[in-house]
Formats: sequence, C-alpha cells, structure tokens
Amino acid sequence: MEELIQHVINGLNLGAIYALIALGYTMVYGVLQLINFAHSEVYMVGAFAAYYGALRFHLTDNPGWGAFGLTLLIAMVICSALGLCIERFAYRPLRGAPKTNTLITAIGVSLFLQFAGQVVFGADPKLFPEVLRDETLFSFGEIRIQLFDVTILAVALVAMLLLNYFINKTKTGMAIRAVSFSFRSATLMGINVNSIIMVTFIVGSSLAGIGAVLVGLKYPKIQPLMGTLIGLKAFVAAVLGGIGNLPGAIVGGLLMGLCEEMVVAYLSSTYRDALAFGLLIFILLFKPSGIMGQTRVEKV
Amino acid sequence: MSRLNQIMVGASVACMAIAFSFGCTKNSETPAPPAAADNVIKIGQFGSMTGDEATFGQSTDKGVRLAIDARNAAGGIKGKKIVLLTEDDQGKPEEASAVVKKLITQDKVIALLGEVASTRSLAAAPIAQQFKVPMVSPSSTNPKVTQVGDYIFRVCFIDPVQGPIVARFAHDTLKVMKVAILKDLKSDYSLGLSEFFVKKFTELGGKIVAEQTFQAGDSDFKGQLTRIRASAPDAIFIPAYYTEVGLIARQARQLGLKAVLIGGDGWDSPKLFEIGQESVNGSYFSNHYSSESPAPATQDFIKKYKEKFNETPDGLAAAGFDAAQILLNAIASAPELTSAAVRERLAATKDFDGATGKITINADRNADKDIFIVKVDGKALKFVTLLKPTN
Repeated sequence: MEELIQHVINGLNLGAIYALIALGYTMVYGVLQLINFAHSEVYMVGAFAAYYGALRFHLTDNPGWGAFGLTLLIAMVICSALGLCIERFAYRPLRGAPKTNTLITAIGVSLFLQFAGQVVFGADPKLFPEVLRDETLFSFGEIRIQLFDVTILAVALVAMLLLNYFINKTKTGMAIRAVSFSFRSATLMGINVNSIIMVTFIVGSSLAGIGAVLVGLKYPKIQPLMGTLIGLKAFVAAVLGGIGNLPGAIVGGLLMGLCEEMVVAYLSSTYRDALAFGLLIFILLFKPSGIMGQTRVEKV
Repeated sequence: MSRLNQIMVGASVACMAIAFSFGCTKNSETPAPPAAADNVIKIGQFGSMTGDEATFGQSTDKGVRLAIDARNAAGGIKGKKIVLLTEDDQGKPEEASAVVKKLITQDKVIALLGEVASTRSLAAAPIAQQFKVPMVSPSSTNPKVTQVGDYIFRVCFIDPVQGPIVARFAHDTLKVMKVAILKDLKSDYSLGLSEFFVKKFTELGGKIVAEQTFQAGDSDFKGQLTRIRASAPDAIFIPAYYTEVGLIARQARQLGLKAVLIGGDGWDSPKLFEIGQESVNGSYFSNHYSSESPAPATQDFIKKYKEKFNETPDGLAAAGFDAAQILLNAIASAPELTSAAVRERLAATKDFDGATGKITINADRNADKDIFIVKVDGKALKFVTLLKPTN
C-alpha cells in the first residue's frame, strides 16, 4: 500500500512538470490555433538562461528562496524575449498564410533552436546550479514528499488559476478572448491584435521559463535537446486534456505523469513513451476534443 | 520555346558538361595518396567529445594526445610524424559509424582508436573490419566488440570478467546478500555487465531481489527506485554511465534508500560526484585503474598527465594512453607501414607495462588484466583492492 501511494506521489510530481509546460502550449493554441512547437525549445533556452545567470551572479553561493526567485526572474525574462522574437520574426510574417505554413515554420524554429543550442551552449550536458536545496518535507513510514515536488505542483496550479483569472476577469484577458474568437472582428472593436498576441507569447514563454528552472532543480542535467521529449509529452498532455483549455492542461499533465509512473513501476520502462502516445490515440478515438475540451464553446 | 530560351538552355547544359568533365579529371588526376607514402602517419580517433558521456571522449583524447605528443617529441616513428585525426561522434552510434567511414575512406588512416562506450564501438567495428583497418578500443568492455573480426582489439578487460569480479567483491567483501539491479535497456554495456554480474552473484548464493530497467536519456527513475525500495535490498547494482548514475543516486537517497550502490567502469568521471554529490559517497565500482596504484608506470603517467593538463587523470584517460602506446609500438615495430602489418604487431602485444597495469593481448584480441575496485570518497576515488580475474 505504501508503495502504491509513493508511486502515486511520484506520478503526480512527474505530471506536474508536464502540466506546467502544457499550459504554455494550450495558451498559444487557444489564441492562434497554432501548435507552437518551438515552446519546448523556449523551455530549453530558459534552463540555460538560468544556468548562466546563476553562475554570473554567483547565486549558488547562498542558495535559498532569494536566489531561487532571481533565477526564476532571469529565466522568465529571457524566455519572454525569445518568445517575442519567435513571434515577431517567424509567425507574424505568416499571419495571413494557411495554418499548415505556420505549423511547418514552428517545427523549423524548433529544430533551428535545438541545433543552434548545440553550437552555442555545447552538446555536453551541464549541471544545473543548486539555487535552492531540496529537502524532505514530509515522511510517513516509507512515503516521502520532497520540497521541489510540492513546489512544482503548487506552481502549476497557481499558474493555472492566475491564468484563468487573467483570461476571464481582466480587460486584456477579454481582448485575448476576442482575438481568439476572430482577428478581424477584434480589430474592428479597436483591439490591437499584434500586441495582444505578443502578450500571449510573453505569458506562455514565461511559463516555459518557470518550468525550466523547476525541472532543472529537480533533474539537474540540462542539455540542448532536453526540450524535445518533455515538450512532446507536454503537448500530448495538452491535447489529452483538450487543447486550448487551461484546466485541461493540468488534468492531461497529471494523467500522463500517473500513467507513465504506473507503467514504469508495474510493467517496464520500455513502454513508457509508447504508453504516452498510445494513450493519446485512445482518448482521441473516444473524445476527439480531449478530456475537458469543448468544441469551440469557450477557449482561452 | 523562344530562340533566346533555347540558347540559354543550351549554354547551361554546356556549362554543366564542362563542369562535370572538370570534376572528373580532377578526381582521376589526384587520387588520395596512401597513408604510408606521406611524410606523416595518420591515426584516426573517434569518441564522444560532446554528448551525455562527454568526459569519456575528452579524457580518452587527453590520454591519447599525451602518448602521441611524447612520441613525436622523441622523433616520431621511422622519421615520420604521427598525426592524430579526432572526430566527435556526439555519443551517438550512427555518428560513430559515419565518422569512422570518413576517417578510413577520406583521411586514409592507418589505424583507429576508439570508442569507450560498447554500443558505439560495436557500430564502428564492422566498418573497420570491412576495410581491414585495425581498431583499438581503449575501454569498451562488452565481449561482442572484438568478436566482430580479427582487426578489432581492446586494451581493457571484458564484462564476463568484470561482472563476476564485482559480484564476488559484493558477496565476499561487502557481505551483501540481497541485490537489486537497475540497468539501461539501450546499452550493450549495461545489459552485458548486469547479465554476468547476476550469473556469478546467484552462483555465490546471493539473491537478486529486483531487476528494473531504464533507458539512456531518462531523468526520472523514481518509479523503478520505489519498486526497488519495496524489495529492501542491501545493495543496488547500477551498470550504467555516470550521468544517469548521478541522477539515480540522488533520487534513491531522496526516497530514503540507504542501500550501498555498486557499479562498473562506466561510473568513472569527474562529473559523477558533481551530479550525484553526497548521494554517491561511499559507493563502490570496478575500474581500469586507480590513481593510488603504486605501480611505477601508473605513477609516471599521472605525473606527465598532471604536468600537461593540470588535473588528475581518470581511468579512461589512462586507458586511452595505453591504447595509443600499444598502437604506436605496433606501428613502430611493423616491418612496413600498412594496416595489415600493424594488425599483426598489435596481436603480438605481450606484457606491455601500461598505466592501467600489465597488458597482454590474448587470442580473442582482449587484454588480460587485473581489475581495480575503488570507492567514491567526495571528489576522490579511493583504492580499495586489486582483483585477479579468476573464476
């Protein structure tokens, strides 16, 4: 029993990471109907920004919440800047073009960043600086809960709630919803579509930055291809939950994490990735819009 | 088609034809000279200079360069300078076969040095064998590597020797009875080593209480470790490379696993402690060498290495140094500078006094050697014992 509970905890922790990154995918998709494949590379750059930032400002000298906050800030700023650049130079010129063109561009940007990352940062893995020390918060018999695990889950949930509030209750949020509904009508209503899309990318990319720091602390090995698989799985999580739906991203992420953990624990790690994608196909067979997805009723 | 268009097309066809014929003449006039005809002797090296096992390639390269630079400083071989051509395979088997093909067909190297990881040696070996270019692996331990053919050599022990020795050490010295295994499904090294360990350990009366797997590149091992924890092992045997070992050790300790961790030569890297930190402290693994070995050849190597690179060499640097030395000796003693002649001399290597101990190449083109057991003690690796490969 204790073992099962520990597996559930492990699974939720893994799922929280997927959920956090899935939020970024869902956010951009909700507004642009664009699967921003470059999101996983923004996440990777965030990890390296945090790495170089923490080394530059000697944040590892006195690890704690202050150093952690500063690292988070660095990653968020750099990720937002990168997200903006990608939007401005890769997606905006194609705004009127068919969706497939933008999708292919997204894949191109993603590959470009992966391999540019190998040139700029070097292909060997780096050790993520320990700006915050992990500790066991709670242990009951064999069951253990770590500080980072709780932090990641909490950050994912808080981010989801804040985003929900932002989208549904603020003026900018209303504008985002309007743009998501129709570019043209939004323009007629006096909304600056370009700046609204920029806001979307800033928010989405900052989330990738937060995710990068949290995951970097938990699995302190970062390398330029680190975003690929985790990004793909987060994307699957977003689709599972219903892409464009914020709570759906959380549900999808946690579900993925739990299923993977159970597969690794009771079957074999060989089937870990097969399961992730099998699950996607299975759910989409029965519910094509995802678990919480609604067909164009309300989007981000 | 207008007249102008016809002229344009005609002109471009003519241009193509001229360019093509130039291309042909150029090729037929200057065939690449064979290695021996040059004033240099070219040796090819392939290794993981970048990637997840980057320190393997970098350390090996330093050891190899130390040996070659020393030989060049002493006048080279038969008046010729030795040139080392190093290619990075990024830790990927498909890259390893690509760069080896390039080294053989384009650069016309007389012999090859590499790789550390068995999976990548196995990817390259068939190509070396096909072109009949001798390949010396400094530290690939999977038995299949040298079974590829008579041009493939290694200067280290093999896993059917290493696995049982670690098993015997765990059983006799550490007195552990219940061992859990966590192995990498994608790695020939990991699968081979765990197989030979398990066989010997159960023979000795020990019990394997759990056998879990992961895949290279994973970063979450908590599922497997939670299963292992439930089986309450005295020790966990992790035949894997240092990056994963570091992460596994951390997560094991987070889950409250106190079992001693045991591994093989894939653990040897300065990054092991950097990634694993205090979680890897007190672990044991088998290795090609120990910097605390009193053997004069070892101490002499360490002194020269420190002078040149200002750091203590790891086992892979020592193995790289030995592989290069043995290859250079074979080239120097070969009657003529051909790959076939070098192969003959490599096969005849006997009682070479290397940095990793006495090396004799046996009939299977493997080295008969003693195996070191070291203990992780902070950033240092403490010598524990030296075991002879008896069964």
